[in-house]
Amino acid sequence: MFSGTNFAGDVLNRAEGKRTMGINADKFGSLQLLMGNEAIARGAIEAGIGVATAYPGTPSSEVIATLAKVAKKLNLYVEWSINEKVAVEVAAAAALSGVRAITAMKQNGLNVALDFLANLALTGVNKGMVLMVGDDPGGLSSTNEQDSRHIAKILDLPLLEPATFQEAKDMTKWAFELSEEISNVCMVRTVTRISHARGNVVLGELPAVEKRARFDTSKYYAGIGGMAPKLHQIMHEKRKKIVDLFEASPFNSYLGPETPELLIVASGSGWLYSMEAVRTLSLGKAVGVLKLGTTWPLPEQFLRTQLSRAEKILAVEEVDPFLEANLKEFIADNMTGMRFTFFGKSSGHTKPYGELNVDLVMQAIATIMSINFTARDAAYEKKAQEVEKTCVPPRTSQLCPGCPHRATYWALKDALRMAGGDGVVTGDIGCYAMGVLPTGFAQVKTVHAMGSGMGVASGLGKLDGFHFEQPVVAMAGDSTFFHAVIPALLNAVHSEADVILVVLDNAGTAMTGFQPHPGSDTDAAGEARPRISIEKLCEALGIAVDVVDPYDIEATRKTFLGVLARKGKTRVVISRRECALIRASKQPGPISRVRIAADKCLGDSCGCNKYCTRVFKCPGLIWDKDSGKAKIDEAVCTGCGVCLSVCPQSAIVGEAVQ
Amino acid sequence: MSFADKGLINLIITGVGGQGNILISRLLGEAFMNEGYTVTIGETYGATQRGGSVASHVRISRERIPYSPVTPKGKADIVLGLEPSEALRMLTTYGYAGSYVVTNTRPIRSLEVAVGEAEYPASDTIAACMAQLSKRAWYINASEVALGLGNPLLTNIVMTGALLGTGLLPLDKSKVEHQLKATFKGDKQTINLKAFDLGLGSITGRK
Repeated sequence: MFSGTNFAGDVLNRAEGKRTMGINADKFGSLQLLMGNEAIARGAIEAGIGVATAYPGTPSSEVIATLAKVAKKLNLYVEWSINEKVAVEVAAAAALSGVRAITAMKQNGLNVALDFLANLALTGVNKGMVLMVGDDPGGLSSTNEQDSRHIAKILDLPLLEPATFQEAKDMTKWAFELSEEISNVCMVRTVTRISHARGNVVLGELPAVEKRARFDTSKYYAGIGGMAPKLHQIMHEKRKKIVDLFEASPFNSYLGPETPELLIVASGSGWLYSMEAVRTLSLGKAVGVLKLGTTWPLPEQFLRTQLSRAEKILAVEEVDPFLEANLKEFIADNMTGMRFTFFGKSSGHTKPYGELNVDLVMQAIATIMSINFTARDAAYEKKAQEVEKTCVPPRTSQLCPGCPHRATYWALKDALRMAGGDGVVTGDIGCYAMGVLPTGFAQVKTVHAMGSGMGVASGLGKLDGFHFEQPVVAMAGDSTFFHAVIPALLNAVHSEADVILVVLDNAGTAMTGFQPHPGSDTDAAGEARPRISIEKLCEALGIAVDVVDPYDIEATRKTFLGVLARKGKTRVVISRRECALIRASKQPGPISRVRIAADKCLGDSCGCNKYCTRVFKCPGLIWDKDSGKAKIDEAVCTGCGVCLSVCPQSAIVGEAVQ
Repeated sequence: MSFADKGLINLIITGVGGQGNILISRLLGEAFMNEGYTVTIGETYGATQRGGSVASHVRISRERIPYSPVTPKGKADIVLGLEPSEALRMLTTYGYAGSYVVTNTRPIRSLEVAVGEAEYPASDTIAACMAQLSKRAWYINASEVALGLGNPLLTNIVMTGALLGTGLLPLDKSKVEHQLKATFKGDKQTINLKAFDLGLGSITGRK
């Protein structure tokens, strides 16, 4: 799904000689500066896992990416699965057969996996299984910022929230033990600021375990024959055992005065923010911080003792008031004699949306404690705001120079206009979701979940009975196609929906870091695998498939026009061109020389009003104020040549690279 | 001036996606970690990473409990700019009157500027703004130095050398050289060490 890592830089750094992964160092006790996700991977290795699976999604992708790098050495089976549901199923197969397994996903992915997970939680597993979910508060790299922790409560799965990088490793290792104690999945929930940040981590020992898989056929795992309520009862009864295991957990602790004026109860990155806020405000003598690493179920005895310290409580956590609501529920059940004043998201002192930070926590504490807090003195603040307004130019989202998606959208925009209709383009998850923005010529009108562009299109294609006459085009990337488009495509074909699917095939899961998928010829560990052909799959459904190279803008536009005219059934166009970043990482430098023919460009005096830069918006094609004409920025131009078709004067010309 | 006695040093390394701020945050972070510091590195970025602004927040402390991955408002002790307008952008949120800036002078124009929708400030305007928001700023044409070495991607290493040259960080240059040697081998090691040394000299030569 969306990437939050600076992967353009990552590609460059790889070319420059990338740092070796820390987790491969097997020296016990060695100190490493690990990313939260690398620490989780290391924790899984220290727990002796055999299987690791995921579908890529920021901020979770590096867990499995890190394990893939050591798969051969450590005899791990590491898989980029087709989607999150299958990822959990593949991991569960190991955990049902006596081999420890980890599966990782982002918050949106958990929704995809939930159907299986909600049933797996009933049957349980017989070997350690850990579900890592990376939430994305603030939606930095996501279409939503939903809080995954609710699922742990619904399914009564032990829930751990690492607050530091060391804990990310240590908790993951412990999660496997917890999982085996209750024969059920254990959930580790991180957020972007833990998963994607780095900090000191002391490595533990690597285990010497013999991994042996066998499915015991004397047992079965199924909620059939009226067993569902019984299994449901067993699932909830496991809670008591988890509570006992959590009571003495070193991941729960209190720092502060014996009886603080205000007690902060914090989890995950919220604990880091709280500790820093108290330190920065010098309130260590008045405010105490209770850290909860085990947030579902709550450790009852421990909490009863700790909550008795104060009457004012502030809950600090990322996204929803999950801990806050559970604390209130706990108090109502267990501490009825005590009176508390609660602060947090319900009281409005922090917000149940957006990302937290130290400043927001300091503001909340200052309000509760009635103290004055301003981050900077007024004079500096005024100057800073003035400078930001007048001297810092904006730098917003864009498709990369040479991006094949820009070319596809350009051709589609023209074709839809020429077809004369008010075409509806539905989008999907990937770089090409930027098709809603000017960089994709604002063609895309819906973006929701993986595969939803095709599903919504399928529905639009059946509105013909209600005077619906608009052409319908769904956009989906190659990885998205395999993940969730196929069922929606079948739906459209079978219902004879009058729609077009455009598969933007750029040869990998580009946005999250080029992970392979079933259309690739290798797997996560680099082993050769059979490639599944998108066009053959579509042809088997009886669909006529057109394949175009979007860099050939004329042919692409013509194909779109032809397909738009062929009304009636579901059609597929595969727009195939390797991601420009992949291409550049394999073969640096432009593929052709593009230049402006100065004699042809009429510049400021042309009636086009800078059409090439104003509308086409490629970072490689700029307006040179000095000459008053268009100019190619050779530092970034990839030589894709798509802009040659843009100029009404044919002033943009291309020539072969020498 | 050095931040040696400060219990917590907040360094922000900023630039445009692809300039390599992440690599140098790791080089410096690991060097400090090996000296017994607790280090946290976080990242902030604009609407997306594609050509957008990116910043690595490196928080270096002697305390056991790590600091959070994003610097609070007004707490950046040092801003290392791989691109000048991005260094200025960081100051507007994270700067205070005692902030120091070490920045590359070569602008990278955003798409808005490139297509004529926004203005890129003149270099003396940038310097004037920087002076208003910092205690001192050093300017180095690191891109030119890197191009002189035959590879613009070395800009980040030149800037790392410049940062060490200011003496703001309580870190001996040999510790960074050690990290460079652990990261790069062969010809790449030689050229990276050279870039670091030229960056270092660009500042120490001025004193």
